Amino acid sequence: MELSVIGNSSSAADSAAGGCSAGSCGSTDDQLAHLPEHIQEKVHNHPCYSEEAHHYFARMHVAVAPACNIQCHYCNRKYDCANESRPGVVSELLTPDQAVKKTKAVAANIPQMTVLGIAGPGDPLANPQRTFETFRQLTEQAPDIKLCVSTNGLALPACVDELAKHNIDHVTITINTVDPEIGAKIYPWIFWNKRRIFGRKGARILIEQQQKGLEMLVERGILVKVNSVMIPGVNDQHLKEVSRIVKQKGAFLHNVMPLISEAEHGTFYGVMGQRGPEPEELQDLQDECAGDMNMMRHCRQCRADAVGLLGEDRGEEFTLDKIEAMDIDYDKAMKVRAAVHAGIEQELAEKQAKKARLSSGAVAEEPAKQYRPVLMAIATSGQGLINQHFGHAKEFLVYEASAKGVRFISHRKVDQYCIGNGTCGEKESALAGSIRSLQGCEVVLCAKIGFEPWEQLEAAGILPNGEYAMEPIEDAVRAVYQEMIATGAFDKTRPGMAEGRLSSDAQAIA
Amino acid sequence: MALSIVESCVNCWACVDLCPSEAIYATSTHFKIAPNKCTECEGDYANPQCASICPIEEAILDSLGRAMNPAGSLTGISPEKLEAAMQEIQAR
Repeated sequence: MELSVIGNSSSAADSAAGGCSAGSCGSTDDQLAHLPEHIQEKVHNHPCYSEEAHHYFARMHVAVAPACNIQCHYCNRKYDCANESRPGVVSELLTPDQAVKKTKAVAANIPQMTVLGIAGPGDPLANPQRTFETFRQLTEQAPDIKLCVSTNGLALPACVDELAKHNIDHVTITINTVDPEIGAKIYPWIFWNKRRIFGRKGARILIEQQQKGLEMLVERGILVKVNSVMIPGVNDQHLKEVSRIVKQKGAFLHNVMPLISEAEHGTFYGVMGQRGPEPEELQDLQDECAGDMNMMRHCRQCRADAVGLLGEDRGEEFTLDKIEAMDIDYDKAMKVRAAVHAGIEQELAEKQAKKARLSSGAVAEEPAKQYRPVLMAIATSGQGLINQHFGHAKEFLVYEASAKGVRFISHRKVDQYCIGNGTCGEKESALAGSIRSLQGCEVVLCAKIGFEPWEQLEAAGILPNGEYAMEPIEDAVRAVYQEMIATGAFDKTRPGMAEGRLSSDAQAIA
Repeated sequence: MALSIVESCVNCWACVDLCPSEAIYATSTHFKIAPNKCTECEGDYANPQCASICPIEEAILDSLGRAMNPAGSLTGISPEKLEAAMQEIQAR
């Protein structure tokens, strides 16, 4: 295990090892356990960085940064739709003053909100005045909120000192390639030194600035997460190299996201028919990139004005006219927030302690025979519990159970990227959509499920299970896996898993 | 001699921050260029800054009404290809 990630000392490495023996080994929340303690401390309540935190803590983005200094082939600057859910899309643009007001309103009403990010809809650092004015005011008026920023990296080296000044300790850089040849297939142009620069030349400059910015941030002890968009046939194999390089330079987390390329969005890739990856392809690449690098799997690719827990968006409750009518006493709100955060921390600590107790007794029960890993889908509305009705789930969390333990793999959206207008065409039924999104899973754990979906899931070779309602996800997944072993489920061939059976069933239902 | 912005502008602000003459202003529909202020960046930059960063093809016109960034020049999608894709989507 390499612990020299952010230039930490050996004492930090020791304390990280101490954190590991505290019981988070071999399981999903182990994701951060190999990091030095001072980094864990910074990210443990950040929903975008900590898989465990994202069940409890909320985030928000404020859309103060509309301008962009590059063009990406997966982005269409014309797009603006309330029913859309993807990066670069917002409903209303805010001035820094409005953004500060909105942030305080959300923080007071959703005390679980720990993080304020600026992520567009353009590039935050191509809007330095608006972005930094927002950060400056928030540092002053809402010191209990973590600030972070996401950038394409072109203007990053020029902004690093300003970022450091504003006490921003997390930066995300989107790095899709380190090769100008590949870059030219992703970025048609950049704006640099007062000129528009096309093709390879532009891509080369962008790549240089991204890498330089990454190094400068790491030097200053600012945490860097790297986002990469997986574009099959363009950069998919190459991302392993990207992962290796950014990790070596000190990025603490790599987030490989699937390309979104519906033709309706009018992006270059959408119009040209470039496909996005299948869930399995994404998972394979994430596994290959992982190595001993921290790989993020719970990203929801949210809008540049998203509000709430990951996977939900409560932006509608905080539109400009609504926040105008709110009277926020932030000093009072900060006290409530501190109490809520302490409550969550305590709950998490108790969970950890319980897990430590259980796992210390369970080590000897390692199954002698190696059974194959099983994917299980979970309907949850947060808190790390199985607490959602199957029919209400807009997304499922996918966990893998194997002899090695339980790990979080990904989330699967059910109703992906509805654009909510006439171009949608006839929608397949929600049930067929749910079943299709569960491809590859053998079990669905939910709080409750109706008779009709039960039957159709079974017909598709997926076993519904409502027996673990309100129980912690990982415990339930582990228990179901043990049950499968005990009842001899692995001795039979898997029902309904003949080639192509799942998808054709899902289509038949539609 | 002045450039102009037309209604396909998406109000992304990119040009506003760059204009050396402060000729670009917001309106209720989209940004516009004050013709009496615009210098087309003569004397300041080799290329008009607004047209060099604008991401929308055909949104900025020269003094003769010709697109500074013609269709297909920024996205790489030819107008024919775009038209075909839109028809395909509408036919669904």
